[in-house]
Amino acid sequence: MAMQYSRKVMEHFKSPKNMGEMKNPDAVGMVGNQRCGDVMKIYLMVGKKDGKDIIKDIKFQTYGCVSAIATTSVTTEMVKGKTLDEAYKLTRDDVAGKLGGLPPIKMHCSNLASEALQDAIDNYRKKTANNKNNEGE
Amino acid sequence: MNRIYLDTAATTRVDPEVMKAMEPYFTRDFGNMASLHSAGRDAENAVEKARRLISGKVNGKEHRLVFTSGGTESNNFALKGIAFANMGKGKHIITTRIEHDCVLNSARWLEKQGFEVTYLPVDRQGFVSTDDFADAIRKDTILASVIHANNEIGTIEPIRELGKIAHEKGVLFHTDACQSFTKVPIDLKKDNIDLMTVNSHKIYGPKGVGGLFIRQGMRIDPLLHGGGQEFGYRSGTVNVSGIIGFSKAADMMKENHVEHMAKLRDMLIEGALEIKDSWLNGPSGNLRLANNAHITFKHIEGESLIIHLDLKGIASSTGSACSSKTLEPSHVLTSLGLRPEEAHGSVRFSVGRDNTKEEIEYTIGALRESVETLRKISPLR
Repeated sequence: MAMQYSRKVMEHFKSPKNMGEMKNPDAVGMVGNQRCGDVMKIYLMVGKKDGKDIIKDIKFQTYGCVSAIATTSVTTEMVKGKTLDEAYKLTRDDVAGKLGGLPPIKMHCSNLASEALQDAIDNYRKKTANNKNNEGE
Repeated sequence: MNRIYLDTAATTRVDPEVMKAMEPYFTRDFGNMASLHSAGRDAENAVEKARRLISGKVNGKEHRLVFTSGGTESNNFALKGIAFANMGKGKHIITTRIEHDCVLNSARWLEKQGFEVTYLPVDRQGFVSTDDFADAIRKDTILASVIHANNEIGTIEPIRELGKIAHEKGVLFHTDACQSFTKVPIDLKKDNIDLMTVNSHKIYGPKGVGGLFIRQGMRIDPLLHGGGQEFGYRSGTVNVSGIIGFSKAADMMKENHVEHMAKLRDMLIEGALEIKDSWLNGPSGNLRLANNAHITFKHIEGESLIIHLDLKGIASSTGSACSSKTLEPSHVLTSLGLRPEEAHGSVRFSVGRDNTKEEIEYTIGALRESVETLRKISPLR
């Protein structure tokens, strides 16, 4: 069956934004598995703005189909500069909407992209909580 | 940007000469071949000539070619028609795990109707073992159906040996020759074939027409009941123009086309395998379909690669999870023993008689670039 992708999906696939590995990230999130055909990895660099944690820089690497690559790319673009709380609330509908829609069978890709981001934020929060605990000792 | 079409296993363009041969049968000789008037007789004569021509390509003297709407109908007809006409003798059918979906899903449907089906495994290159085949035959086996050349990986099965074994044990033998017809020599008599599926749109003929060769005197029930066209085997107004196109297409396929395709195939395989972490699926050389190159690239997802190449003007294909409706890896590739993640990273290029050396060179370069880019995007190492 021919897959009909929106212009926006194809743009992100052709020239993905924020693509590549990050050296010394503050946190990393990863979801999916190779057996199913999608693995998404998100790297975060966290900064402070008005006393809040914000995403100062973000990068991704994705193994997967066209929409897997496009959804991670657009996700990084959407949350760069946002606070961690705002970024965490990103839903699959936000991601798919920003891309001008996804074929129904590909909706799970947009889910995975926001899950990878949430995984990275969770890991960051765990790490900072541990650091605080350690400082307390 | 010129398009480089490397998906002839999916379908081919209609050759302009085929179009030209068909044209009069849309406008001038449009008669219904069941009619008594001269327009009907002209159509009938043309169809009978086409039938003889196509039959002559496969030594079909002992067979009757019944025209159908294509490969899917022919395979459904063969399996279901034989099953229902012979259920008094037995209800066991043998096929393989690497058949086209239209054979597999016909077999699964027959299972629901009370038939038993054995799905034979294949080896790493996709070959069915003659020993396994012989062992699978039971007293109540009525039909064995084995694809002649596999549509995904191009493996050419030992149908002559399989047919011989089937006949020794009184089992009817069917082969799906949609990919191999005119590319691999076939002799229905010597190859021990009772039924054979052929189609038109993979050999530069029109879509919507195919055929089933049926050994004369055999019992087979029709799928379609009606006016009794095609010797009572296939009712429905005969697709005269399509059949004329089919026979013209069959007539135009020559030995040198096959040699040309095999040369380009080998060039493409050699170039693709120079890319790191890649391998060929299916055999190489004479036991491989002349137009098929099927390569796995580790850590690459097939759909992304296909679309990447498409952006560079190259049309190729994948059976990978993301390109299909089911998200399941190809049943053919997993039957070879490929892991799902390896199956996802597999791409099929099928060359045609119109392709050039230059196009293949360009494709190899584009392929190298695309694999490199996608591996850069990927977190897998």
